[in-house]
Amino acid sequence: MTVVLFVEQCLNGIQFGLMLFLLAAGLTLVFGVMDLINLAHGSLYMIGAYLTATLTAATGSFLLGLPLAVVATAVIGMALEAGLLRHLYRRDHLSQVLATFALIMIANEATRAIWGVQSLPLNVPDVLSGSVEVLPGVGYPAYRLLIIGVGTLVALALYVLVTRTRMGMLVRAGASNRDMATAMGTDIRRLFTLVFGIGAALCALAGAMLGPLLAVQVGMGENILILAFVVVVIGGIGSVRGAFVGALLVGIVDTFGRAFIPATLRAFAPPALADAAGPSLAAISIYLLMVMVLFWKPQGLFPARG
Amino acid sequence: MKKKLLWLALFAAVSLPAQAADKIKIGFISTLSGPGGVLGAAIRDGFNLALEHSGGKIGGLPVDVIIEDDQQKPDVAKQLADKLTKRDKVDFVTGVVFQNIMQAVEQPVFQAQIPLISANTGPSDLAGEKCNPLFYAVSWVSDSYSEASGRHMSDKGYKNVFVIAPNYPGGKDVVNGFKRYYKGGFAGEVYTKLGQLDYAVELSQLRAAKPDAVFFFLPGGMGVNFIKQYNQAGLGKEFPLVGTGWSFDQDTLAAVGEPTLGALNTAHWNIDLDNAANKKFVADFEKKYNRLPNEFASQGYDAAMLIDAAVRDVKGNVEDKAALRKALEAANFKSVRGAFKFNRNHFPIQNYYLRQVVKDDKGRLVNKTVATIFKDHPDAYVAECKM
Repeated sequence: MTVVLFVEQCLNGIQFGLMLFLLAAGLTLVFGVMDLINLAHGSLYMIGAYLTATLTAATGSFLLGLPLAVVATAVIGMALEAGLLRHLYRRDHLSQVLATFALIMIANEATRAIWGVQSLPLNVPDVLSGSVEVLPGVGYPAYRLLIIGVGTLVALALYVLVTRTRMGMLVRAGASNRDMATAMGTDIRRLFTLVFGIGAALCALAGAMLGPLLAVQVGMGENILILAFVVVVIGGIGSVRGAFVGALLVGIVDTFGRAFIPATLRAFAPPALADAAGPSLAAISIYLLMVMVLFWKPQGLFPARG
Repeated sequence: MKKKLLWLALFAAVSLPAQAADKIKIGFISTLSGPGGVLGAAIRDGFNLALEHSGGKIGGLPVDVIIEDDQQKPDVAKQLADKLTKRDKVDFVTGVVFQNIMQAVEQPVFQAQIPLISANTGPSDLAGEKCNPLFYAVSWVSDSYSEASGRHMSDKGYKNVFVIAPNYPGGKDVVNGFKRYYKGGFAGEVYTKLGQLDYAVELSQLRAAKPDAVFFFLPGGMGVNFIKQYNQAGLGKEFPLVGTGWSFDQDTLAAVGEPTLGALNTAHWNIDLDNAANKKFVADFEKKYNRLPNEFASQGYDAAMLIDAAVRDVKGNVEDKAALRKALEAANFKSVRGAFKFNRNHFPIQNYYLRQVVKDDKGRLVNKTVATIFKDHPDAYVAECKM
């Protein structure tokens, strides 16, 4: 275990965590403020990635394609909220799960109909395709550093938005007690549409940033959605701060689990056992983390509701 | 009286024994939707092109192909197999893409005594102890590609190879095939979660391990993610990357783009194989579907050609099971892979090639055959087959 590898794995963990944060922030807001379980959150992520790939190909520039895709996905998200999801707020969670699960299938089939079954090409822009020396002797892919930068900026911006602006105040009010916030005269409808739009934009940003690293394909949203839910549950439903801490925890635990559990086991256990158990243990490390958090803090690390 | 005659005539018409050889029915169960749908679609396209080449007929007889989508779900596939064998009474079943689907389909088809032609998956148990007279694979055994990769990396003199595969039985099987022919040591052997998205952790380990070269088996979207990130981390220039042909088929090359350039992979077929059947196949496939074929399409094409040849050899009398078996075993057709024949376990004895991703004269990414790794290579399981 060298220092170089350790630093690299730390960066990997932070980068993975920040990407999860972009997804989880929107999810936790929608879940916490509107009390809506939106399984189709991952579909917005997929749509964001597809639009980025298409618009990047059309405009010839990733830097142009990305913001366009983020805006377009936010608009789609808000239209979805106003047209459909709005009617689900007063329903129970089962209806929400069923309806948004249907949305996943509709989104997947629609995507397949429009773009076809094969995954879309979307690659890192040439400028960012190299490595940067972060410490003497430690090279790290430039694009992953960019992800860390963008993720940190968005986290800061969200922090300011939630804690320092009027809208953030309303969001917090809505998350901690929705009925009281309505009684005090908040235009909940508009607030909800806006929050949903922001959530969709963050999703699209995550999809766009991860698109060059991952396969842009139908169903890409479902894989990552589960992790985003784990983050939301660990962080505390409705809390952006919780989502941030939860996402970094999940990112780092998952990274270190994969990096060190198999190797450590091999040092102590018989090889056959280590080879069988190592990867499996690494794969469930974040769920073990979730169990531990829920054991000591059933509401999550930073519960939004008092 | 007249009425009675009419009834008699009608009765005679329906009770006439069906002509055994007036029409061939083929049940085509394939994965046509979901993430794996690309593969099924390629096999179907190749299959349909072969039908076109044989004049829309099989063995000179009219043909009815019933195409069904198993959605990559074994329970759905099982129902489809029951329907095709019992209600539609098909003469052949083919099209299956995935091994877990094959496991669901094989029993109902074998029980109905219908030949099952695999156009893709080649489970090692069906090649070995569970080999079946009704089962034919025009493809390969699932670890044949990795055997070729292992042989190539051994021949190349690599002493320190980094291996990465998903942590499930199929992943371990492929790595075992690799180890059967790779004689050097290992800089690392990593098994990741099935369906893993991000490989940053493994890539960091890989870089630190400083291997001579890297062998990976990550089917589907996992492979796309890995190749993109491998290249993005700048490792493409440092360590040669060798994979199985499944991660570098023509459709994947088009989807992933530049990061695949230069990568080495192993397969039993390629677009540039120099034989008349293949030239015709590649040219007509491109004309018909406006894209280059991949190995899955070539297997679909060969599956149809095998059935066509067998039906012709038995002169349409597919009810004569012994003769049909003999005809299928003879595989009396010009395969697009060039010369091949069935081993006694009904799996091919064939060549395996080393291919490299290059740009062709139109600027497209394609595989170029650079070497023949195995000549007339049988699989490792035939000895266990008592047939």
